[in-house]
Amino acid sequence: MPRLMIDGIETVVPQGATVLQACESVGSEVPHFCFHSRLSIAGNCRMCLVELENGSKPIVACAFPAEEGMVIQTKSDLALKAQKSTMEFLLINHPLDCPICDQGGECDLQDQAMGYGFHSSRYRDNKRAVTNKYMGPLIKTIMTRCIHCTRCVRFSTEIAGVKEMGMLNRGEGAEITTYLEEALNSELSANVIDLCPVGALTSKPYAFVARPWELKKINSIDVMDAVGSSIRIDTRGSDVLRILPRLHEDVNEDWISDKTRYACDGLKQQRLDRPYVRKNGKLESTSWSEALTTAALAIKNLQGRQMAAIVGDLVDAESMYTLKRLMNNLECPNIDCRQDGAKVGGNMRAAYLFNTTIAGIEYADAILMVGTNPRWESALINARIRKRWMAGPIDIALIGKKVNLNYDYDHIGVGPKTLVEIMNGSHSFANILNNAKRPMIIVGMGALARSDGSAILDTALKIASNTGMLNSGHIDNKKNSIPIKIWNGFNVLHTAASRVAGLDMGFLPHNDGRDVAGIIEGVKSGTVKLVYLLGADEVDSDFGDAFVIYQGHHGDRGAHIADVIFPGAAYTEKDGIYVNTEGRIQMGIAAVFPPGQARDDWKILRALSERVGETIPFSTLECVRSALCAEYPTFSTIDAIQPAKWGEMFGTSHVITDIPFTYPINNFYMTDVISRASRTMSECTEAFVLQRHNSTCLSKERQIDKSVVG
Amino acid sequence: MTIKEIADDNLQPKSFEWTDESQLMIDNTLKQYPVGRQASAVIPLLNIAQRQNSNWLPIKAIELIADTLDMPRIRVLEVATFYTMFNLIPVGKWFLQPCTTTPCWLRGSHEVMSCIKDKLGLFEDYATTSDGQFTLLEVECLGVCANAPVLQINDNVYEDLNYDLTAKLIQNLKNGERPKYGSMSNRQGSMPKDGPTSLISLKKSDGVPAWWAKKKPAAKG
Amino acid sequence: MLKDKDRIFTNLYGWFRSDIVGARERGDWSNTTEILKMSQEKIIDVVKSSGLRGRGGGGFLTGLKWSFMPKEVKERPHYLVVNADESEPGTCKDREIVRHDPHKLIEGCLIGGFAIRASTAFIYLRGEFYNEALILQKAIDEAYDAGLIGKNACGSGYDFNVILHRGAGAYICGEETALLESLEGKKGQPRLKPPFPASIGLYGCPTTVNNVESIAVIPTILRRGAGWFASIGRPKNYGPKIFSISGHVNNPCNVEEELGVPLKELINKHAGGVIGGWDNLLAVIPGGSSVPLLPKSTCDEILMDFDSLREVHSALGTAAVIVMNKQTDVIKAIARLSAFYKHESCGQCTPCREGTAWMSRVMQRMVRGDADIEEIDILEDVTRQVEGHTICALGDAAAWPIQGMIRNFRPEMERRIIAYKANQQVKSIT
Repeated sequence: MPRLMIDGIETVVPQGATVLQACESVGSEVPHFCFHSRLSIAGNCRMCLVELENGSKPIVACAFPAEEGMVIQTKSDLALKAQKSTMEFLLINHPLDCPICDQGGECDLQDQAMGYGFHSSRYRDNKRAVTNKYMGPLIKTIMTRCIHCTRCVRFSTEIAGVKEMGMLNRGEGAEITTYLEEALNSELSANVIDLCPVGALTSKPYAFVARPWELKKINSIDVMDAVGSSIRIDTRGSDVLRILPRLHEDVNEDWISDKTRYACDGLKQQRLDRPYVRKNGKLESTSWSEALTTAALAIKNLQGRQMAAIVGDLVDAESMYTLKRLMNNLECPNIDCRQDGAKVGGNMRAAYLFNTTIAGIEYADAILMVGTNPRWESALINARIRKRWMAGPIDIALIGKKVNLNYDYDHIGVGPKTLVEIMNGSHSFANILNNAKRPMIIVGMGALARSDGSAILDTALKIASNTGMLNSGHIDNKKNSIPIKIWNGFNVLHTAASRVAGLDMGFLPHNDGRDVAGIIEGVKSGTVKLVYLLGADEVDSDFGDAFVIYQGHHGDRGAHIADVIFPGAAYTEKDGIYVNTEGRIQMGIAAVFPPGQARDDWKILRALSERVGETIPFSTLECVRSALCAEYPTFSTIDAIQPAKWGEMFGTSHVITDIPFTYPINNFYMTDVISRASRTMSECTEAFVLQRHNSTCLSKERQIDKSVVG
Repeated sequence: MTIKEIADDNLQPKSFEWTDESQLMIDNTLKQYPVGRQASAVIPLLNIAQRQNSNWLPIKAIELIADTLDMPRIRVLEVATFYTMFNLIPVGKWFLQPCTTTPCWLRGSHEVMSCIKDKLGLFEDYATTSDGQFTLLEVECLGVCANAPVLQINDNVYEDLNYDLTAKLIQNLKNGERPKYGSMSNRQGSMPKDGPTSLISLKKSDGVPAWWAKKKPAAKG
Repeated sequence: MLKDKDRIFTNLYGWFRSDIVGARERGDWSNTTEILKMSQEKIIDVVKSSGLRGRGGGGFLTGLKWSFMPKEVKERPHYLVVNADESEPGTCKDREIVRHDPHKLIEGCLIGGFAIRASTAFIYLRGEFYNEALILQKAIDEAYDAGLIGKNACGSGYDFNVILHRGAGAYICGEETALLESLEGKKGQPRLKPPFPASIGLYGCPTTVNNVESIAVIPTILRRGAGWFASIGRPKNYGPKIFSISGHVNNPCNVEEELGVPLKELINKHAGGVIGGWDNLLAVIPGGSSVPLLPKSTCDEILMDFDSLREVHSALGTAAVIVMNKQTDVIKAIARLSAFYKHESCGQCTPCREGTAWMSRVMQRMVRGDADIEEIDILEDVTRQVEGHTICALGDAAAWPIQGMIRNFRPEMERRIIAYKANQQVKSIT
């Protein structure tokens, strides 16, 4: 623990800390560009030069190890001269086109130039102009602005695991580019925009849209997958203009996926902004009153068992809970929150959670993935696994179709057969799991959303038990100062943001009720006559003759088959609780109002309950929440994970088929109503999934932006 | 220029395969580096590829090397664009690289340059004569400063040049001759041209260092 | 003046065979086995007490550098890397060693490698030295065939490999960590220090990087003794050294002389004097392009060694003497060096990438006089802003020649600016 003196203040820092960290520990701000706490240290921008007493020249704070007895000055004449020198060098070839630069107002270079720049330039020669580079539909480049900090290169290489970015040539001619200007093919690519400290890499869809000071910023939670990334929603008036990541060490760190970031333009497309009722086979817009009355009439004519309710993937817990209460009042047992038919849920919470937690992945020493392509199902969990893989030797195996996950793994099988072999101990990977100190199994929806899903879940649970994944005795806390007290290596990787909340509140068939498959069958046989779809657009059925009530925010599949449409609110437009795949309770905050006549979903259900004569006594959202928490106490601890207890095995052994696992997501960029409505996501689909290179785009990009050349 | 141009698509060959001769060299090269460190061979392999392909590197070669060494393609391209000796566009049969850094300039490298301009019409980097025979690239110090000015042509360095000697050299190449490299004014190595000022006594004793000869007979060969 | 009997590089001019037969005739490989019977510590002690200072420019004590290597080999092997990326303008000595005395280098690799407990020596030879590479590779093959290196090298029981690795044209790879990066198959971008190569070098293993000449003199030092070596030269600046003399002299050449030889003697005795006579001398760059130049007044008396040159704000560098007579446009000469550094900057760190280009552009204008007088001060200031702020020494190397020029030739720069302005005025009137 070296003790050193920074600007006259003594500080003690951990062994291995850098001088920059030591400076930050005493509140001495040191300007920097290339340094980023999650990336390797490059030390190339030379902005963080500070004075080391008795040193022959200034040292780079970001890279220099803090040592016992150092005396550092961050604001001495020598240090300031060095910092100002670097700033002048950075600016001589920088176009200084801040008025037309999208980074303006949130630019590190701009900010630090205020503190360390000269008021005028001493550079009298022509500035360098650099050809812009094509990097795909998300990243706009103005390469003349680049200061060569290489953050983007380090991010894509180290975090995203796509080795396509680099710096070509040398000296003044050094240029950042992707290989032959191919699009940066990563689900996390747009994080380089946040990382770029200048306006060289900016957001293409957001180009010239707004200035940061015009925006209202709301902290919320993402629903594009079951990770529940922390996000910031930037709005102006009624529009969501962009979504940015917000630091959450245990979930998404500093990153978000490209879908989380860019699907938001889908919030303006295909919106249901007024109620509809089907008349003579055609959907016609109508008043709330008529829509509610029509739906209530249909409900009142039926018995509970003749109705069914399915909730979709983006629904908040409060709405789901209100719907559950309504269905209970109507004595309807046919409710399900698993539109994909995944065989999960039940009393044993640990059997459907990502128990290891996302941050816990970093302590694993063996990972078995079953029927999951985490890169597409949860780009950030995949990034965490990659982080673990980068940190040191680890055995990773996958059962399922071979895919590129950006790290090495053993592809040990495609279907349940291999899983059974591991359970029997006849597969070599069983030994690896047995010998591992902290083994993990990750079961994806590709393994569970199939007819033999329960049996596969059983098998996976047995593997977890057999190989000591649940044994806290395996952890040597002294040796590996692990913050996790109890190791639970059993994990289910969900894809739907609403799923765990639904399972937690038992939004499942009960009293011999029907699950989704049963509902579809019931509709066919005429037993089920009314289906309530709460944001459920991915059910594989048109529900034939049944009366369909669709409540949601986009005119997608559910709305097309509906008889009554209730326009609801999207995740950016309502306060709501979501539970991520780890079982983490998180609260989303409304950033804008729902469009037109669309309303908060729980309110719609509350109004409907009144019309059907089964009034649910909720007058405010707080009422919904307190009722929810009273009934299901897990919901009461926001942003915390309550470790789920391990219970008895299900014990039933169903028949396992040997059909290979198929992954639930065929196109990362389009998985739900919002991303399917998004233009940006459709461009990404073109570029990355269909691999169509937009050549006209390229030739336009290649021209030097003459306006920025000074 | 420090920015390397990459040849246009119409100049890029559709494919690139190692010849048997190249493959043999690659096998020998790869043996030299520790296991798992085959990326060390990237410069040697780029060099082999360039020799195989008339002194320039097509993109297909970059990609083949990336595959051979299990490296990301961008890393190979980075190396190819970083080092002066790799050409990413086609060059002539004779690749003229006059050094014009200060030591050569003091000794008249401008004569070499103007001769190349006069005789071949080349005065810009990577300019090639219309017959495709000669390409010019002005280069930095070649490390032959005591024999300045010098002109490297493909693998060989021609030393102690002036305008006339450069003209003669170019004419020889045009005639299909391959002049012997080294000093063009028949100087031996980097010895003073008026004769040695050191080692004279050794020369008399046929290469046996005097101090050694006194101690014991010359070591057995 | 150095006596012939004290010269190490007896085949400097290639009068004799460079192959193993010729090498043996010159005494190479004669009792290597006995030398290898000494302990590693003993060899390092001998080199330390000889006072040998690195011949590549830094002038750091070679023996001391070796002593920084770990004393035993653990799981990571040790490496010796020989820096033969000779690219410093004015310097052409290593080429002569490689092509005329390659066995001295190979034997030095074995002894030096043994001393630092390395299993392998990589010789990083600049790519342009193609014919030299052929000669060196042949010599390495000969040494393997004769059992001098490889398994049980020289019958010593020590296994040692020598591998020739060719570069591809980048001055920066002469910087030791850039060289290691290049050797690992990357761009030659210098690494941050610390860590130093002795702890984390090639492939993350303990590594020592030495110049060709430093390594090639090792066998002779061990044969003739540290005392012999230290008897040549001046205090703390011991031994013979190859000087490369280029530019405006009558007989440019390489010559081995003792450290501390007067510059005037070096030029007059070996290089046939300055073209136009000593009084026609304008300035000398005494140690390769990176060091500040010396005006004639300093040249009259200066001794050519590390410490003497440091006293006059210059450096011995690689001992490459670039002579300029009074017919030289000194601003253009230095401007050409600025262009060199701009061309050779790796582009990694800001002050060098931007600063070399800035300095070069201003220098181009200074050649014409197309500048303002106060730009001389700005230029000087820019060199100070680059100096000491970069990852490696290339920034310093680019700054120093300009500083030396401003220090000694400021009136000439001012005169040219005034003349240019006057000429512009005349043009605008007519």
